[in-house]
Amino acid sequence: MGASFPRVSAPAIQVEDLHKSFRIPTHRVDSLKERVVRPFAARDYRELKALDGVSFEIERGEFFGIVGRNGSGKSTLLKLLASIYRVDSGTIRMAGRLAPFIELGVGFNTELSARENVVLNGVMMGLTPREARNRLDAVVEFAELGEFVDLKLKNYSSGMLVRLAFSLLLEVDADILLIDEVLAVGDAAFQQKCADAFHEMKAAGKTIVLVTHAMGSVESYCHRAMLIEGGRIRTIGAPDEVGREYLRLNFESPVAGAGADVGGARTDATVRMLDVSLVDAEGHRATAAEHGGKLRIRTRIEALRDFAGLELSYLIANPDGIAVSQWRSGVGGDPPPPIKAGERFEIETTADNLLAPGHYLVHCGINRKVEGGIALEIPAAIDFVVYGTDNHHALVALPQETVTTPYEGE
Amino acid sequence: MNTAVDTELREVSGPGALGGGRQRFFDLLWLLAVTEFKRVYFGTVLGYLWSLIRPLMLFGVLLFVFTQVFRLGSEQVEHYPVLLLLGIVLFTFFQESTTNAVTAVVSQEGVVRKTQFPRLVIPLATVLTCAFNLGLNLVVVLGFVLAFGVDPTWSWLLFPVALAFLFVFTAAVSAALSVLYVRFRDVAIIWLVVAQMLFYMTPILYPVTAFEDATKEQLLMLNPLAVIFEQVRVWVLHEPQAPTAVEAAGGVAGLIPAAVIFLGACVFAVWTFSREAPRIAEDL
Repeated sequence: MGASFPRVSAPAIQVEDLHKSFRIPTHRVDSLKERVVRPFAARDYRELKALDGVSFEIERGEFFGIVGRNGSGKSTLLKLLASIYRVDSGTIRMAGRLAPFIELGVGFNTELSARENVVLNGVMMGLTPREARNRLDAVVEFAELGEFVDLKLKNYSSGMLVRLAFSLLLEVDADILLIDEVLAVGDAAFQQKCADAFHEMKAAGKTIVLVTHAMGSVESYCHRAMLIEGGRIRTIGAPDEVGREYLRLNFESPVAGAGADVGGARTDATVRMLDVSLVDAEGHRATAAEHGGKLRIRTRIEALRDFAGLELSYLIANPDGIAVSQWRSGVGGDPPPPIKAGERFEIETTADNLLAPGHYLVHCGINRKVEGGIALEIPAAIDFVVYGTDNHHALVALPQETVTTPYEGE
Repeated sequence: MNTAVDTELREVSGPGALGGGRQRFFDLLWLLAVTEFKRVYFGTVLGYLWSLIRPLMLFGVLLFVFTQVFRLGSEQVEHYPVLLLLGIVLFTFFQESTTNAVTAVVSQEGVVRKTQFPRLVIPLATVLTCAFNLGLNLVVVLGFVLAFGVDPTWSWLLFPVALAFLFVFTAAVSAALSVLYVRFRDVAIIWLVVAQMLFYMTPILYPVTAFEDATKEQLLMLNPLAVIFEQVRVWVLHEPQAPTAVEAAGGVAGLIPAAVIFLGACVFAVWTFSREAPRIAEDL
């Protein structure tokens, strides 16, 4: 979507030439004895440049997305913005009050009740204790946790915790919010509330920085987005443009180095992946699908040479690595017809969503159907959440039909 | 949600010992200490009594040993049991605060790594929680003091001064230990030993005069805790045979080393904490 944003020159965040590197000790000096025995040991380290000259500006009231692969420096940037890490060089300027939380519920003490936690965390986020107490009701009401306000958090379900944390974040009235992948949580009704709250915050002129690797949420909320790779800004601009660049980055260059995405993509450079994503009924990229609805996966590919036939394969797995479902379809039809170099295809596969609510990964592959072998393989190409009101304790929810009749036999 | 948005750009200074404004610092400090205090004492069956049982048991054992076995105390000190109890309660505050503070920052790892948080609040909240305990324990001690026939005097008004010095010293040591522990995990073990040594280097079990040697008395007065405890004895128990800290140190000049150590601990704590605070999140 990426609604156009009226540009006014009132930056909320201004970042200039930011550098940050970490010293990774090759031999960690953890005790005084080692310090004494090997006084120069601390000098054995290698320097890891997490951010290397990053400059950008975020306008007041802007919903700004930061995307990048694991290890690209996006989390470091967020921690610098949140004053958790100190910059090596460069400056960060901000206008207004920042909610200094980068992960929901991180300040919660599970031994304390929701009431105590809301007050404590409210103060951490810059409220006075009186303000925090006054807002307790609003927080609890929004989170729909009224009757549990005096329950210790250790007895909360994870969904309840997230709701409490999110409501608190909305109530602290900060001007700038830093959010690290939290959008796909809770059931459908709460998701809708969060979406409404985001739009309300947008309307109220809050500046929101969202860090994620799910392009779907960037495209549905953000005015502008930035792609970071190797500690540098690769693209900054409209969300769909950044999204395309991100996919290109993910699918074309082999993922290398430590901290790369799960497994890493493998390709023999005969097929190019243009896009692969979960989509909604209108064809927009999505990060979540409702249980009981449809599950749609769309892939766009380009053949770089002639093929006797290609087959597209998806493997849907849960985060424990258990494969739940496998889909196969011929590229260009079934059985797969021969393909010429330069031909492009869009393949959309739809299935009834029988997956139980939870988090899933889609591994994507393209097989040479006739010649044999794998042309392209992308582990964890899509990352999505299934939400629903039922709390299933199994991987799939098969449609059932039950018949009960009186039984009068032996 | 319609408060006016501040439009002035300000440079972000990064994480620090006090980061985020003074008001927030004190609000957080107070709130953390109070919630921790409540958590401990409403979470257990005997609640607050636990914090009293420990020093009282130590007191009982030591009282038996030093009045029945060694007969050290009762001859030189008029109110030996009171002196012993007061000393144990005050030292328990110092020992509990500092040992709890050592691991405080590291055990709050999640908060430290993921939020902007004035780091100094963590060890200080630990000290403050122990100070609440001390306050309650002192009420019990007051009962003992009166029961043993010590009359209230004007010098009792000076007792809070001694407490203030004890609090500042404890806070300084706690802050320094908590941040050193992030880098050197040996600190926890070393501190257990040092705290034990300090217990014996402070006139709690014995009066200063037990040495009957001016040089040794002066040596003892190098320990800031010894100075504080001795002065408490003079102010609270007002025994004629108890020397003031100045007398025990052999004159005002004799107290200079203790004052230097006291100030040195404070300066070192501030210096090391503000030096390490910005990097705690990275070092954890």
